[in-house]
Amino acid sequence: MSESLLINICVVILILPLVGFTTVVLLGKRIPKLYLLEVAILGIALLLSIIVAYAKLSDYNAKDIVASFTWITMGNAPSPGAISIDLGFKIDNITVLMLFVVNLISFLVHVFSIEYMRGDRLYTRYFAYLGIFTFSMLGIVLTHNLLMMYIFWELVGLSSYLLIGFWYEKKSASDAAKKAFIVNRIGDIGMFAGILILFTQYKTFTFDIIYQQIASGNLPFGSNAWLTAAGILIFMGAVGKSAQFPLHVWLPDAMEGPTPVSALIHAATMVAAGVYLVVRIFVMLTADAMLVIAVVGAFTSLVAATIALTQNDIKKVLAYSTVSQLGYMVMSLGVGAYAFAFFHLVTHAFFKACLFLGSGSVIHSMHHEQDIRNMGGLKKKMPVTYYTFLISTLAISGVPLFSGFLSKDGILAGTLAFGKLTGHWLIPIIGFTVAGLTAFYMFRVVILTFHGEPRDHHKFDHAHESPFVMAMPLVVLAALSIFIWYTPNPINANAGWVISNWIKTPTQVVPNETRFDFMKTNSEEAPASTSLHGEKAEIHGEVVNSVEYTETMHWAHYPAMFLSLAVAGLGILIAFMFYQWKKLNADKLAEKIKPLYNFSLNKWFLDELYDMTAIAGTLSLSSILAWFDNKIVDGIVNGSATVTRFASRMSGWFDTFVVDGFVNFTAFFSGFVGLSFRRLQTGKVQTYIVFVIFAIIILLMFFKPF
Amino acid sequence: MLQVGLTHFLIVSAILFSLGIYGIVTRKNAVMVLMGIELVLNSANINFIAFSKFGNFGLSGQVIALFVIILAAAEAAIALAIVLNIYKTFSNVNVDEIDHLKE
Repeated sequence: MSESLLINICVVILILPLVGFTTVVLLGKRIPKLYLLEVAILGIALLLSIIVAYAKLSDYNAKDIVASFTWITMGNAPSPGAISIDLGFKIDNITVLMLFVVNLISFLVHVFSIEYMRGDRLYTRYFAYLGIFTFSMLGIVLTHNLLMMYIFWELVGLSSYLLIGFWYEKKSASDAAKKAFIVNRIGDIGMFAGILILFTQYKTFTFDIIYQQIASGNLPFGSNAWLTAAGILIFMGAVGKSAQFPLHVWLPDAMEGPTPVSALIHAATMVAAGVYLVVRIFVMLTADAMLVIAVVGAFTSLVAATIALTQNDIKKVLAYSTVSQLGYMVMSLGVGAYAFAFFHLVTHAFFKACLFLGSGSVIHSMHHEQDIRNMGGLKKKMPVTYYTFLISTLAISGVPLFSGFLSKDGILAGTLAFGKLTGHWLIPIIGFTVAGLTAFYMFRVVILTFHGEPRDHHKFDHAHESPFVMAMPLVVLAALSIFIWYTPNPINANAGWVISNWIKTPTQVVPNETRFDFMKTNSEEAPASTSLHGEKAEIHGEVVNSVEYTETMHWAHYPAMFLSLAVAGLGILIAFMFYQWKKLNADKLAEKIKPLYNFSLNKWFLDELYDMTAIAGTLSLSSILAWFDNKIVDGIVNGSATVTRFASRMSGWFDTFVVDGFVNFTAFFSGFVGLSFRRLQTGKVQTYIVFVIFAIIILLMFFKPF
Repeated sequence: MLQVGLTHFLIVSAILFSLGIYGIVTRKNAVMVLMGIELVLNSANINFIAFSKFGNFGLSGQVIALFVIILAAAEAAIALAIVLNIYKTFSNVNVDEIDHLKE
């Protein structure tokens, strides 16, 4: 397949969901069956993305395909001061994998929704929203510059807002939509500032050109600090979108949206956009920025995992688990385990989408019951849902033979190596703790939902296995949570094609002195700065970790594996002790450590904290501003109104007496003159001739022409 | 011996012109006014011929005089026709009273 064909197919993949959205929005009212078109379009997009992924990974494995055009030119383009803004696609291995993931999950969610949303008042519009979301997400994935990234980033924010607030008649849903939108904006401000820092210096938004400039020693405002700042600020966008602490509060609330939406947006794709962004800017992160990212990620995963322990709403548990796993990915990027972060993004997308759709299946059959305390015993009623849910739970808990084990193990090995190389041991410790907590709370959900005796018999009796269109996506996603798709060796991801062939950790382009020691390039190696644009594309394919790092990763592999196995096993065991065999009593324990329990149940009181600080602060600020508006601004306005009225009365008097008097006098004078001269106008030609002759004589006497 | 020069011609022409103007201005009868106009035209003719003779203009003055005579004839014909029509309409050729275009 030629490169241009590949690019063209990508354009088609991007445009298709938009076409679907427009058609359904415009004609959906008249032709309610149009949702099938939207589903079909996603099916086509999925097929195309499989073709693209296959072609890219087999034919152009190490080569990035870039296609761009100049959108706006300011000034005379080639001259130094001019700015030209390019739009375009950059298709590397990460892009095609993301294309596949997004399209697959979007397609499965569409199929799942056919049944799940049936009978909804705005059935067709729901599919239109899914279409616009898919379009925006694909835009993020395909772009080769920060500007398009930002545009589609905001579009994703918009479509997420629409979908969270889909049941907008519910107050909680519309509130959650607003919260998600506003919290995301806070992160986006940072991202915007970061982009502007880069743009101010480099006059371009294109990733590759920016990285080339950084590699050649051209830093923003000439200082490493600004480079670090740019990295952290752009990462703020990811903090918002990927629900990292402290902006993670929107994601659990976003569960107010329909469950398939949660699966698509708030588990698998949109929240992965933040991680994807950090993946894209990975090469320009300095050591300081990476440390910030690692700490934020680690802390997020810990906070979310502890909250997930005590939640009773099945979707809330999954939401916090998502936050926690996103923290994992971000942490992994922070510690330099680039490939595993992306790998985890992919595996997590599959098993978390499966978990969400599974929970959707449960909720659907239980008639919108979401509290796991009222479930139980559903294993017999819903075997397909149970087994797929179980497989995904095993995957997220990090049990061997499943995909989650591979990626999680890689991340944990990365943190361990990071701890050994830099001395930041807290990060691996948090990583392993969270792995144990994850295993525990996920099995808590499984046991409470599917095992044991039904606790709400009325609802249990009505429960039923979901129909084929809901079960099929579950089966596909569960199948993708098994190791065999990623590697032939179930305990070593490095043997697999994803890590060893497809995703290579790129060279950092930041100055050597700002990198972690283990990421420094040796001086013998040709510096990246000398490569031209054509060769530049290759940089992403290089493996550049120093020998020291490779050795440490090697060293970390087995300890990380055994440790993660141990903590996961421990977590699962404790979950069974508590909820399956009832050896321990969870309620009594909760009673014993009441403050801690409440702390977790109330989500670390973060919402309350924000209520008291940010929201109360905003409210009091606005009331102060309102007072200022009412008293001072309005006072000035009213005062000026009085002054104006007085002035106009004065000028009215002046008008009446002075101006009008003058005008009337002029009129009177003209009339008088007219009356006097009127006599000369006799109407007799002969009189006029006399005047003419005398006039001529007088003129002749005056001017004396002779 | 008194030589008849340009000045004499001009004086005769001026007298004729004045008489013509006097006729135009004072007469009530439209025919008399027309006669005044003839006098004015003829005074102009005398001027033309005088300048033609004493000036250095060739024969163009005399040619113009011929034109004026023809014009005067045409004008007299048209003007008298108008006067006749006026007389038919108003039974009167007094220029002071033919003022129906005036309000």
